[in-house]
Amino acid sequence: MDTHNIALLEGREGQVYEKRQDGPEVEIACDKTSLSGSVSQRACVFCGSRVVLYPVADAIHIVHGPIGCAAYTWDIRGAVSSGPELHRLSFSTDLQEMDVIYGGEKKLYRSLVELIDQYEPKAAFIYSTCIIGLIGDDIEAVCRKVAKEKGIPVMPVHSEGFKGTKKDGYKAACNALMKLVGTGSTEGISKYSINILGEFNLAGEAWIIREYYEKMGVQVVATMTGDGRIDDIRRSHGATLNVVQCSGSMTTLAKEMEEKYGIPYIRVSYFGFEDMSKSLYDVAALFPDRPEIMDKAKEIVRDEIRKYYPEMQQFKAALTGRKAAIYVGGAFKTFSLIKALRTVGMSVVLAGSQTGNKDDYRRLKEMCDEGTVIVDDSNPVELSKFVLEKEADLLIGGVKERPIAFKLGVGFCDHNHERKIPLAGFVGMYNFAKEVYESVMSPVWQFAPRKGGLK
Amino acid sequence: MTAKTATQNACKLCNPLGACLAFRGIEKCVPFLHGSQGCATYIRRYLISHYKEPIDIASSNFNEETAVFGGSHNLKLGLKNVSQQYKPEVIGIATTCLSETIGDDVPMILKEYEAIMGGEGQLPAMVFASTPSYSGTHIDGFHAAVRSTVKTFATEGPKRNLANLFPGMVSPADIRYLKEIMNAFGMPFVLLPDYSQTLDGGPWAEYHRIPPGGTPVRAIESTGSASASIEFGSTLEAGKSAAGWLEERFGVPRIHLPLPVGIKASDRFFEALEQLTEKPMPELYEDERRRLVDAYADGHKYVFGRRAILYGEEDLVISMAAFLHEIGVVPVLCASGGKSGLMKKRLQELVPDLDGLGIKVREGVDFVDIEHEADGLQPDLLIGNSKGFAMSKRHDLPLIRIGFPIHDRFGGQRLHHLGYRGTQELFDRIVNTVIEQRQKASPIGYTYM
Repeated sequence: MDTHNIALLEGREGQVYEKRQDGPEVEIACDKTSLSGSVSQRACVFCGSRVVLYPVADAIHIVHGPIGCAAYTWDIRGAVSSGPELHRLSFSTDLQEMDVIYGGEKKLYRSLVELIDQYEPKAAFIYSTCIIGLIGDDIEAVCRKVAKEKGIPVMPVHSEGFKGTKKDGYKAACNALMKLVGTGSTEGISKYSINILGEFNLAGEAWIIREYYEKMGVQVVATMTGDGRIDDIRRSHGATLNVVQCSGSMTTLAKEMEEKYGIPYIRVSYFGFEDMSKSLYDVAALFPDRPEIMDKAKEIVRDEIRKYYPEMQQFKAALTGRKAAIYVGGAFKTFSLIKALRTVGMSVVLAGSQTGNKDDYRRLKEMCDEGTVIVDDSNPVELSKFVLEKEADLLIGGVKERPIAFKLGVGFCDHNHERKIPLAGFVGMYNFAKEVYESVMSPVWQFAPRKGGLK
Repeated sequence: MTAKTATQNACKLCNPLGACLAFRGIEKCVPFLHGSQGCATYIRRYLISHYKEPIDIASSNFNEETAVFGGSHNLKLGLKNVSQQYKPEVIGIATTCLSETIGDDVPMILKEYEAIMGGEGQLPAMVFASTPSYSGTHIDGFHAAVRSTVKTFATEGPKRNLANLFPGMVSPADIRYLKEIMNAFGMPFVLLPDYSQTLDGGPWAEYHRIPPGGTPVRAIESTGSASASIEFGSTLEAGKSAAGWLEERFGVPRIHLPLPVGIKASDRFFEALEQLTEKPMPELYEDERRRLVDAYADGHKYVFGRRAILYGEEDLVISMAAFLHEIGVVPVLCASGGKSGLMKKRLQELVPDLDGLGIKVREGVDFVDIEHEADGLQPDLLIGNSKGFAMSKRHDLPLIRIGFPIHDRFGGQRLHHLGYRGTQELFDRIVNTVIEQRQKASPIGYTYM
């Protein structure tokens, strides 16, 4: 297929790299704002804050601004709750023209008071959207006033869409969480305890991970923010260790907790047998005075892998030699996915992320095979170009990448927030392999034009 | 206590979404949002979940500097980049709350851009729609984009045998059906916007920067010399519509009709076509109508007296309510997040005994209001988009999915709503929903109707 005429945009050359033995040693450009006029797969600051805080289920989340931002984020993640489900509701101050002219503080105040009376939440998060930064609403003052009157924490989240990238949104969310941390009682927290950070309980994944740790004899104080509860977050400073997945979003909080409460943190990933096992061993290794924790971790790993190994071999037999392209939000996930795909015999021909940093891309370069293309903040045109040129059989991404794969006759695995089947943990690796197998091996591709189309 | 000030679970979307959708129906056009990156991305995600097609929307990607010093530089750079990467013939530019609030004069920026770039070969045509998210809903953005497209391209010419058709925000399947009808009448026509292929097309043998399909610019140019425009949408006023502008500017008569859902409204549409073409209704559609009348007879007992809650865009709700009324279903609550101020009046024109039947009409409401209003109405059915699912689950009411968005079922882009064929499909679905409910509830479990 002819794709050589698809050129990269001027200004994006540094963000695309093809690994070559004889190639020049260059650093991949990243941490840049998206180029105007490109169709970035990224969202905005608001999106970054919203994804991090969304799963907190006993708080109300009020989007201060016109209706769009609230409407497009209403019940869009599979972040499940074992109890209250306030996070699945959408609240907006739905600002109108007159509010933009005269200011939205009064409307925000009334909205907050009424919603708190109606739903009796444990806390409220107030997200400011683009125009709040322009019309100059003092949302800090409104939050303080309401918090005082209603006796619950009311946290402003400074997430004006244009004030940075998605990463700045993560930071704003972490700042809001940090205001809660340290305000609750740490009574009853064991020395052998952790917080799970950066795990959003999509399809119940946090429950799977939590169960492993609890089986090891480690107490989980708070999961942030999957199946999250305000009271757990408030006492999370009582934990001994922070275990951070999705490091792009939650490292800020882990660092602040380290600084303020002396809690060390480690980075983990729960995707794939290799990284999942390591996440358990790494935690166990930090509790050396209780060796039974490590013994139990080993037992879990052994049992779980034994359970799924035979079927994994069948998937591997079918998938060996197939090629995958990965384009996800955070770079840390791509490391796990490359390893997970190798487990089932697949190679990676394209790896990229929306928000990776320099260290991430350096590591990615080391991990990748010769000829693999690495991209930062890519767009549909580039992704299509490389998927076709590299003859990928599978694309891993989110909702926005899915139709690109299907249009071009390529299998797809949704590894983003809409997934409804857990992909984390040992069972998650099995589900992942099964999903990849079912999409790549589907007989429907015989009708795709790039496979001849049967006509 | 129910909170009144905030909007909870909105029954509407924002203005720019509608504009992006409409721009997708112009051939070789890329929609472009002048605002934050998130607006384009969220809207893409929302549209993709319904249409299951790649939907590229460019963004001028505001940063803090842009917000302070104005979006002129970013917009120009963005237009240059999108032209380079997509090679469009048209760029459909819509504003957002951000660019509107800082007061960017987009038409002036576009003029400057043309002046700077004019020498460098053919520039894409640029259509601009003002779509601040703090006013109106996605429907306003949709119509604003269609109107400004016509304003940008339509030229005056001697009247000829040509009809314009502005159907509004309907499904790709509806658009295909309307085109089939127009072709059957044998009258040349321009349908705008036509996203029947761009948002519901085949697989790609090669990579397309812009999916094939859409109304060609040349065709849009000719709308100024058409002999008439047919425009759907009960609450769509001439001052905001494409047909209204063509009538005012070029004297192209505007035939304003409700969305043709149900036999009566479809008859009005076909009568208009008969008059325009001076031809009788093609036998194919006479047949469709006869089968529909026959189906009404076969199914009438299942639906008579059933009570339905309808929600969604005002025009769709109005036309659906009139259709339900003609089959004996009472639309006990007709609700919309839109706020034209015309909903009740227009509905009354189609269902004169509205108040007598106790039908509530509510504009500017959200799903929490709808649920509140529904209290005591004893509905049997919910009819609207996917966003009513939570309510349907809570009250154990069957939900019949129509319109947009359909995010929790497959094939929303292929649902018919319009004309005899669309009405047939809707009627079958409603009857079957009632039968299924009864079958489930029956201890005997009849295997026949």
